[in-house]
Amino acid sequence: MASETLRKTVFHPRHAAAGARFVPFGGWDMPVQFTGIQQEHQAVRGDVGLFDVSHMGEVEVLGDDAVAAFNRLITNDLEAIPDGQALYTAMCTPAGGIVDDLIVYRLSRQRVFVCVNASNRAKDFAWIVEHLTGATAHDRSDDYAQLALQGRNAQALLDPLCAADLAALGRFRCAETTIASHPCLVSRTGYTGEDGFEIYMPVEHGLPIYDALLAARPDLPLIGLGARDTLRLEMKMALYGNDIDETTTPLEAGLSWVVKFGKADFIGKDALAAQKAAGIPRRLVAFKLDGRAPARHGYPVLDEAGAAVGHVTSGTRSPSLGVNIGLAYVPDGQHKIGAPIRVGVRDRVETGVIVKPPLRPAR
Amino acid sequence: MSFPADLRYTKDHEWARLEADGTITVGITDHAQDALGDVVYVELPEAGRALEAGETFGVVESVKSVSDLYAPCAGEVVESNGLLQDAPETINGDAYGKGWLVKLKVEDAGVLDTLLDAKAYQALVEAEAG
Repeated sequence: MASETLRKTVFHPRHAAAGARFVPFGGWDMPVQFTGIQQEHQAVRGDVGLFDVSHMGEVEVLGDDAVAAFNRLITNDLEAIPDGQALYTAMCTPAGGIVDDLIVYRLSRQRVFVCVNASNRAKDFAWIVEHLTGATAHDRSDDYAQLALQGRNAQALLDPLCAADLAALGRFRCAETTIASHPCLVSRTGYTGEDGFEIYMPVEHGLPIYDALLAARPDLPLIGLGARDTLRLEMKMALYGNDIDETTTPLEAGLSWVVKFGKADFIGKDALAAQKAAGIPRRLVAFKLDGRAPARHGYPVLDEAGAAVGHVTSGTRSPSLGVNIGLAYVPDGQHKIGAPIRVGVRDRVETGVIVKPPLRPAR
Repeated sequence: MSFPADLRYTKDHEWARLEADGTITVGITDHAQDALGDVVYVELPEAGRALEAGETFGVVESVKSVSDLYAPCAGEVVESNGLLQDAPETINGDAYGKGWLVKLKVEDAGVLDTLLDAKAYQALVEAEAG
């Protein structure tokens, strides 16, 4: 894709000046690395790092009962959380396939704010508009920039700049507040497995907030999409298009914790209930390999006879552990923690073991 | 970014150097290692394997990506760099030195003249960068 067709986030000039390497992602020209993926990864695991995630899309759902209206489109239960809280959920087709995975912010009964994957922005918005009744959906993706500040030192950095009391902001809580007097939505969420915040701001307030963060800490590590991927992979957090898509169900993907069969009807409920009753045929697992060669997306999972029984959906060298890790779909019954796994890497077989995430040193 | 004048280069970002004993040492360029990022794995052929020019002879993997390695010319592998099994990151630190990949025995070292010289390779890298 020619670079002139890619969109640039409001932070792009800062990151170009900082020496970022850019890659096309979801139609955007995004920083993939600054100083190096392993170094950036360790900064987030041990300190704090700042991510430009403005490529993510945002949809606002408005109505007298926006909560009930949007709740019909998702597998998790917006009625089970109070205003000012977010939840992670799948949005499914009637067949139970995953349209997208979302973070949904319940700002009030009348106002629900949804963060969608960049690559699914147009599809999701069309899906929501088609299936939403009793509320209206508004694509706000062009109106918002987004930063993620992730790592154990995130709160200490952000709190002095933020009008809200971040120490009192619990996990998955959110607040409409200001940073350096600029309006934003701050939530204690992330895609790294570390404590930290995601910050949504009207695009015109993006650079002032960014610059305030860098003024407060001039050596604040900048983190690209490369380390974002290794960080999420160590936590077994799914990446849409790699680990999950419309051919996979949340039950297969290990996301049954976000499927609430006890709630009011939702799209995909019957199909998911039927799959649960009939038996889930395959399971997304995390694994470690013994050998030196990393497993990669699409590599086969093999049985003893060498026949493909599943496939790797994500794989890399874990910067935290220094071993090769990945996620794969394997047949039900072969998915238990401690079970062996065999992965075809080019003309060889690499052996490993299914492990319980997170795939980073215990704390 | 360095482009040593005593090496020859391919458009696939490998370098080749004629040694005093007539063998040709092959590696990936400084530009290539920089573009890959942290190298975590290298797969190389065993000694004795005969390579055609342009043939895939191994892979180099970073945290993020897998890249094939292409033989810059025909030849027989006389040695692979064993250091890279334990320390693949050597390629990042010393792409033209300790990070070499294979040594090839060739019929005619004149084949190197068909590859790019440093100036031509640098121009290619700059053109790719736009």
